[in-house]
Amino acid sequence: MTDATHPIHPAWLRATHWINALAVLIMVTSGWRIYNASPLFGFQFAKGITLGGWLGGAIMWHFAAMWLLAANGLIYLVCNVASGRFAHKFFPLSPRAIAADLLAALRGRLSHADLRQYNAVQRAAYLFVVADALLLVLSGLVLWKSVQFPLLRELLGGYESARRVHFFAMTAMVAFVMVHLAMVALVPRTLLAMIRGR
Amino acid sequence: MIKKPTRMTGIDGDAVVKQAARRLEQPARRLFLRSSLTLGGLSLLSGCAIVDEDSAEQVLMKVSRFNDRVQGWLFDPKLLAPTYPESMITRPFPFNAYYDEDEVPEIDAASYRLELGGLVADKHAWTLPELQALPQTDQVTRHICVEGWSAIGKWGGVRFSDFLSRVGADTSARYIGFKCADDYYTSIDMPTALHAQTLLTLTYDGRQLPPRYGFPMKLRMPTKLGYKNPKHIQAIFVTNTYPGGYWEDQGYNWFGGS
Repeated sequence: MTDATHPIHPAWLRATHWINALAVLIMVTSGWRIYNASPLFGFQFAKGITLGGWLGGAIMWHFAAMWLLAANGLIYLVCNVASGRFAHKFFPLSPRAIAADLLAALRGRLSHADLRQYNAVQRAAYLFVVADALLLVLSGLVLWKSVQFPLLRELLGGYESARRVHFFAMTAMVAFVMVHLAMVALVPRTLLAMIRGR
Repeated sequence: MIKKPTRMTGIDGDAVVKQAARRLEQPARRLFLRSSLTLGGLSLLSGCAIVDEDSAEQVLMKVSRFNDRVQGWLFDPKLLAPTYPESMITRPFPFNAYYDEDEVPEIDAASYRLELGGLVADKHAWTLPELQALPQTDQVTRHICVEGWSAIGKWGGVRFSDFLSRVGADTSARYIGFKCADDYYTSIDMPTALHAQTLLTLTYDGRQLPPRYGFPMKLRMPTKLGYKNPKHIQAIFVTNTYPGGYWEDQGYNWFGGS
């Protein structure tokens, strides 16, 4: 296997990764502005880090970028499963392996010599964020169309419950991004690999 | 953002369309994206001229129109919004409008007339007792605001589809527009107008609709967001010409379905 014919990350993965990053950035920052219109909890997001200017503008961004997020996410999932990448990159995965790799990482002894190989913590984290994105989409559907998706609405405990699910799923997504960026800063080669493929 | 528009007179659809067109040129309308693009963290968008503001606004408006069509397609005319026991009613039910509660219009019940216009066979104006004499129904449903909050309330009144057939409205028309005593105006699609839970409400929680909730009459649609539910309705008109709405003309999504 040479680098030229087999990049660390295939082109479709790099493309969907960066489109997703843009979509998530728009969704999260416009979502914060929507949250500010009627805060669920005792705080608001600083206006300077929100997108949309006012509620109507934020909603327009949110309900435009949702198509980008959903379409791109669908392409990612289909390519990932159909190519077999999903099965061989993320599995096998066990709690014991996650614990062992987490311990090694905290001691600074986790190897990143081969970026093709995801360690158990990476596998768990990436699977988690895919599941979290799915939860964001499903809870978002309930908030957008709570009458038209009755089954989904009831599964999430009703409209008001779906608001909270949506909020905490967003929080988990932001937490993932922060850890993700910190890891990239620690191992900058991973950024090059996600841009150039090698 | 909150502007008191000029008072509208007459009930013909043309006047409303003109009003809407004028509103499109108002500064508030033009301002919203200018401020919407000021985001430090999104300098990758606003900094490198991918987004010149007018084209971004055009794209977002086009997507919003596309979302109108998607919602029209998703809307199931037979699907009912959930109903709740009276014990779950939110007390007090929140007041919400584009103005403060002390500016709620005072409407004289005796001289009140509901005017009808556009593609309607019987255009006679309705008095409040005439409306109260029609068959009434009530429902306890969730009001969902575009801001995100929701509250459960009990509204009673005339099923709008019954009223439309009684006055001989052309139900093949695309829009129904509303003009209100508080200078609010909005419009809805015909399938939602004909939905079984769409009510011309005259009561709230078993009593005459109080001024703060829209006396003498509010259109209540549990299948749409709060801003689509006009209060203090003075005129209803049926039309094929897009009438817009107070918030819709400033950028809120027109369909506003739930």
